[in-house]
Amino acid sequence: MRPEQGTMQSRAMAMAALLELLTDQPVIICNGFPSREAYKIADRPTHFYMIGSMGNAPAIALGVAVAKPNKQVVVFDGDGNVLMGMGTLATVGALRPKNFIHVVFDNEVYGTTGNQPTISNVVPLEKVAKAAGYVNVERVREREDLVYEFKDMLKKDGPSMLLVKVNEMVEDVGRVMLDPPDITKRFMKAIQ
Amino acid sequence: MRGFFGVYSEWRNGTMIESDVFVQALQDIGVDFYTGVPDSILGGIIAELMERRLYTPAVREDEAVAMAAGAYMSGKVPAVLMQNSGLGTSLNTLISLNMIYCQPCILIVSWRGYQGKDAPEHLVMGEVMPQFLDTMKIPHRTLSEKTAIEDLKWLAETFMKQRIPVALLITKGVVKGLHP
Repeated sequence: MRPEQGTMQSRAMAMAALLELLTDQPVIICNGFPSREAYKIADRPTHFYMIGSMGNAPAIALGVAVAKPNKQVVVFDGDGNVLMGMGTLATVGALRPKNFIHVVFDNEVYGTTGNQPTISNVVPLEKVAKAAGYVNVERVREREDLVYEFKDMLKKDGPSMLLVKVNEMVEDVGRVMLDPPDITKRFMKAIQ
Repeated sequence: MRGFFGVYSEWRNGTMIESDVFVQALQDIGVDFYTGVPDSILGGIIAELMERRLYTPAVREDEAVAMAAGAYMSGKVPAVLMQNSGLGTSLNTLISLNMIYCQPCILIVSWRGYQGKDAPEHLVMGEVMPQFLDTMKIPHRTLSEKTAIEDLKWLAETFMKQRIPVALLITKGVVKGLHP
């Protein structure tokens, strides 16, 4: 089903529900609107907001997860991002970090550049992750399923992927008002 | 990063550097996270890193650079090993992650196509690599047997001071590979 059909929630709504369940976990947030929305919903020093290097969010998170095995690391990613860095699903699947939760907000479009379609309507990314070696994968649409599955993943050993089908709606958000070097410093200090 | 006052005096003689000695030297300057994508010139170094259980393999060089960035933010001193073709693959990550966010990284790059002696696919990058790195404002130095101690000291100091990626280029035959 295309995201415009049915009553799917927006990415910002889904993200807000997840951020409520998180406290001091490092969260790597992909470039484009997802970072801007997360910054607006709940800015925390444990958030690493990306403004470039599309496709690299899970790789950055993997570096954190390997270096900090006692911290649960969360990635907020998008379908276009996952498709661009799909090889990293294999790297995660092969390394199997237990402390790795990969959330993919799948709206089937490149929202930041004008809603050009991706190919995630025909490529089920959570199945790719499963085949690559992710231990737990779930695809959800409804808010209550989202909350239930995410809580479950927070308790389980990963790597896990939670694919959330969302609509194309974008929050009215500005840019992240932090200088990138300050984001680095703040994040480093927060996850020490 | 710890000071580097090496005991690698044999390098002064200009003999080929053993892979294990090179890896030990990297550890001595404080590098404690290693990832990358293999190249034949780097084969011996990667084998030694795997033997020491220090190496996290990546599938693409941009992924390796991003993993290194995550490790850096977690308090590690990261190194990424790659063939120079990987500089092209990782260019956007080096620019829009490392440079913009002030995240340093040590790049150990094999210089394929050096002096025009290599397979065709390596010749263009091999010829332009120093200018390419200059254009990207990535400080670089080419490892030689005679200056190895200074080269590594420079690598550590540049990493600490400049907070951006810094490259050590390795040509064929300077560090012992898998097939000498």
